[in-house]
Amino acid sequence: MKSISLGQYYASGSILHKLDPRTKVLLGMLYIVCTFLCKNIIAFGLLFLSGILLIAIAKIPFKIILRSLRPIIFIMLFTVVINVFWTTGDRLLFSWSFINIYAEGLYNALFMAIRIIMLITGTSLFLTYTTTPIQLTDAIERLLAPLKRIKVPVHEFSMMMTIALRFVPTLIDETERIMSAQKARGADFSNGSLVKRAKALIPILVPLFVSAFRRADELATAMECRCYHGGEGRTKMTVTRMQGSDITALFAMIVFGTVIVLINYYAAKYGIGYTM
Amino acid sequence: MSQPFIKVENVSYSYDEEINLIPAVSGVSLEIEEGSYVAFAGRNGSGKSTFAKLLNMILEPSDGKIYISGKEIDVNAMTDAELMETRRNIGMVFQNPDNQLVATIVEDDVAFGPENLGVPSDEIRRRVDDALKTVGMSEYAKSEPQRLSGGQKQRIAIAGIIAMMPKCIIFDESTAMLDPSGRREVVDMMEKLNREYGITIITITHYMDEAVRADRVIVMDGGRVVMDGTPEQVYAEPEKIRAAGLELPQCAELVCRLREKGIKLDGCCITPESCAELICRALEVTSNE
Repeated sequence: MKSISLGQYYASGSILHKLDPRTKVLLGMLYIVCTFLCKNIIAFGLLFLSGILLIAIAKIPFKIILRSLRPIIFIMLFTVVINVFWTTGDRLLFSWSFINIYAEGLYNALFMAIRIIMLITGTSLFLTYTTTPIQLTDAIERLLAPLKRIKVPVHEFSMMMTIALRFVPTLIDETERIMSAQKARGADFSNGSLVKRAKALIPILVPLFVSAFRRADELATAMECRCYHGGEGRTKMTVTRMQGSDITALFAMIVFGTVIVLINYYAAKYGIGYTM
Repeated sequence: MSQPFIKVENVSYSYDEEINLIPAVSGVSLEIEEGSYVAFAGRNGSGKSTFAKLLNMILEPSDGKIYISGKEIDVNAMTDAELMETRRNIGMVFQNPDNQLVATIVEDDVAFGPENLGVPSDEIRRRVDDALKTVGMSEYAKSEPQRLSGGQKQRIAIAGIIAMMPKCIIFDESTAMLDPSGRREVVDMMEKLNREYGITIITITHYMDEAVRADRVIVMDGGRVVMDGTPEQVYAEPEKIRAAGLELPQCAELVCRLREKGIKLDGCCITPESCAELICRALEVTSNE
């Protein structure tokens, strides 16, 4: 059976891996806020350094991080181009017919690029590279637990996520099996127009759905037999507790955010560097 | 005399009364002692699986009464806690191992049952470790079920049931999708659970070789019990077994055919060893004559 890795969990056993998943969800959110707080070139420099530091702490190879940035290259180029050509300011660097490039435009383009890169790197460092999908659903369930009071089905949602994750590999196997079976009967999935190829998928989807429903039915019976009755009165085998390291990490992140705000304020006040 | 663990009185069940005029289970009455090892055999559609689902209240009988440990089980009259207690006591392992595992990590799946019961965390940990040890899967505690073989997955499913500490485990054709070695793993496990832990085992199968290993074999056909007794008693009547659409275990088949050829064989046999002995004795008799 081929290995299907969900998400991009990278087991390097760093300190970041050992943090409570709830802490990592919170850290991820705070980090996003931090990327948007940055306004000054010094702040952006600090943000960039923090990203590199985090990668080093998580012991994730740079190659893997770069690979995860590949899908956003287009969006990044697009924002860079927009910023370079459409920002107006005081310092005109280059002008030709209708194209005016200002220094502010170049700065803004650089800032946006760093922001997007750090947004992706930061969140994936906390939420996917160092946290398994199951830990993540668990963390979300526990963080959202207060919402149960206002009848939000938090437990049901997280159970659905868990089961979906559990069945992804099973259903991929099943799809491959059905495809082989249809190929053996002369189905052709690789030739013809787009419409034709899309139509060729119908004989795969129908049996796949039928079997998925049958599986769901059997799983529901099996869960009932194991006394599943929703989230009420349910306990957990492993209860992670917030530890000193979690508190320290959250504190460090808050300090980082505060420092960025202060840098923005004083840099703007004394006119150090460029502020967007 | 203590009361029987499971007592079934004249129970019938129809899936859809308008479409199916023939009930899946009709008028079954029997008793199962605690700590026994019972095999239900029958061809497809004989009602054996349906009957099993009635015992832990996945289905409700259309007619008749079921008593577990002397208490009548009736969904409408029971509280949720009583229903859970019944289901906890009577665990069930199904046919397709893929469709009964809930979690992506072995030990999380084993913990699923006790978690539902609201067992405290450290107690769950202990139970999960014990259950995995019982089924001999301790070293796979952190593995992903999808990387295991069918037999191993089925043992994980059994561990998930054991962790709930049931009095009885029903195996609903749990070996049907496994290869021979996987089947052996699971059947050995059933025997171990019965002999060493005193858990009542009810196995539903159409493999006669498996049914033979039980203390009692109940043959069903058309929703009714057609034979009931020790394996020796049941296989002493090959015609009835064939009429129920089943095959004899290989050695019983051999003895049966030898008899048809006019060779005199006394007694009956169900295991290869007893079969060999029987034939040896017959050979001795003929050589002495």
